[in-house]
Amino acid sequence: MAETAHTVRTTERPDAVEQTRKVTPPPAHRRRKRRRAAWADGHTRTVVSPLELKSRWGTRIYWAVLAGVLTVFTLVFLFPLYWMATSAMKSSDEIAQVPPTLWPENPDFSVFTDAWELFDIGTLLKNTLFYAIGAWLFALAVDVTAAYALSKLRPLFGNVILGAMLATLMIPPIVVMIPAYITATDVPIFGWHLLNSPWAIWFPVAANGFNIFLLKRFFDSIPDEILEAAEIDGVPPWRVLVSIILPISRPILGVVSIFTIVMVFKDFLWPLLVLPDSEKMTISVGLSQTAGAVPQNQVMAGLVIASIPMIIVFFFFQRSIMAGLTAGSLKG
Amino acid sequence: MPAKRPARPRRRPPTRKKRTVRTNLTAYGFLCAALFCFALFAWWPMIRQIIMSFQETNLVDEPKWVGLDNFRTVVEDPAFGQAWKNTFVFSGLALLCGYLIPFTVAIVLNELRHARAYLRFVVYLPVMLPPIVSVLLFKWFYDPGPGLFNAVLDGVGLPTLQWLDSTDTALISLVIVSTWMNMGAGVLIYLAALQNIPGELYEAAELDGAGIFKRIWNVTIPQTRLILLLMLMLQIVATMQVFIEPYMLTEGGPENATVTVAYLMYQYAFRFGGNYGAGSALGVMLMIVLLVVAAVQLRLTRDEKR
Repeated sequence: MAETAHTVRTTERPDAVEQTRKVTPPPAHRRRKRRRAAWADGHTRTVVSPLELKSRWGTRIYWAVLAGVLTVFTLVFLFPLYWMATSAMKSSDEIAQVPPTLWPENPDFSVFTDAWELFDIGTLLKNTLFYAIGAWLFALAVDVTAAYALSKLRPLFGNVILGAMLATLMIPPIVVMIPAYITATDVPIFGWHLLNSPWAIWFPVAANGFNIFLLKRFFDSIPDEILEAAEIDGVPPWRVLVSIILPISRPILGVVSIFTIVMVFKDFLWPLLVLPDSEKMTISVGLSQTAGAVPQNQVMAGLVIASIPMIIVFFFFQRSIMAGLTAGSLKG
Repeated sequence: MPAKRPARPRRRPPTRKKRTVRTNLTAYGFLCAALFCFALFAWWPMIRQIIMSFQETNLVDEPKWVGLDNFRTVVEDPAFGQAWKNTFVFSGLALLCGYLIPFTVAIVLNELRHARAYLRFVVYLPVMLPPIVSVLLFKWFYDPGPGLFNAVLDGVGLPTLQWLDSTDTALISLVIVSTWMNMGAGVLIYLAALQNIPGELYEAAELDGAGIFKRIWNVTIPQTRLILLLMLMLQIVATMQVFIEPYMLTEGGPENATVTVAYLMYQYAFRFGGNYGAGSALGVMLMIVLLVVAAVQLRLTRDEKR
């Protein structure tokens, strides 16, 4: 009797039906997402207590603060990008107009193809991609083997070497740009001339103490017993690295990979010095060299094109990027 | 008292086993590529910087030893004092903007229960952009004619500014760009640190009658002290190497108002006829300052960890 009354009542009130529907467990992928979100957001208890938040003034203030933060963040961090994209689509008369227009009168998309040709963005992007992928493969190969040796093979003076590698983190590369540049023009002992060669980018990128530190710390957490078992079976060290260590280390390899690629894309001064040939430049340097002689709307179009790869990378690898950012610094 | 002595961990002796010549050789085999890269592009340049600061190098003739001449050239340059002053003012302003603001923002973000993913994404977006994009974009905003900033100032009835063209506002303009493009990293790091604070501490503080600000002062800040110290050092190291902002926006001008030490180094070596010696001398000074910063930081964290 009560059962039927209940069902009748809910059907009479469609909004209540909506609410009961919401309680039903969401599909599996959604549930996973929610659990992840809860994990990422950590503790529910923060400075403001739930009780204070639920009070009448608490909720009011909370919503006011939320609205304020949303507005300010959107204005400060997104609006400049909006301005960049819309400025690109304005005509050269409109872009010089005071006060500026909020939305271009006749949005002109051909400016992007013009800028593409003017800056020779095809070549620049191709170069940058080549440097980034090469740096990624090379740095990963060099740093993984080094971290493995330091963490698991533990040679004589291993700690001294690790210390010397970490010490380089105190002196950022820009401070030694002059001797590093001169080294690149004439590599001691080998006599190589590295200007305009991709190795001028790849060698210094691999000499990254932070990557070695992250990798070594991860390898340290892999129990030695596994490796000892492999050693007793007569498996050579490089097979241990490839077949045991690397498959376990996928998360940290992801973090290091993204770091390296983003670093090469963002770097400015070093490629400016060692890749002076306009056929070899990276996108950042190429834009900086031509920007002064180009109409403003085309500059903006160039910037839009240059930011798209990084924004795409951020969309897809957001979690790795943020995880790496916090993992590296919290225990550093 | 032997009874109180904790049992020695048993894991260490078996792993240390026979460090034979062979394991050492394989280990160094694995290490050699990294040693090569580090030696060439990290360790040797540091040593060479010191050597070059006492030499006259022009890439053609054999380097000549000139004693302290390079240091004299650098110190007597009128831009020298200005560059250090600018770098320190920049550091100070950047600390104010790049340290206090991200921490406050992180505390507020940590309280919010909605739109967190969006806010985190948006705040980190500028960090992902190549710096050249941010810098050229802000150059356009700062344009005294049709630039966005003056349009906004004019719109709300305030007097417009010359931004990069005036000695008063040029440096602060650079700090604004630099804060905009770097702040996201700080916010996310602080946010992660805040989430590691156990909630019970806040509950206990609340039971003791501490208000919201007291809770921040007595719980949040002590709990994040280590990361605050670490970020302080990272921030100082980062501002010591400001380069792209003066290079693209002002070229050190107007009247040296925005020359930074890193930019001055670049000018000596790559703009004014390749005075590599003077650049290196300046680089040595910068290295010393950074080592002092690092030493202070190590001392502080060690005291803190005890």
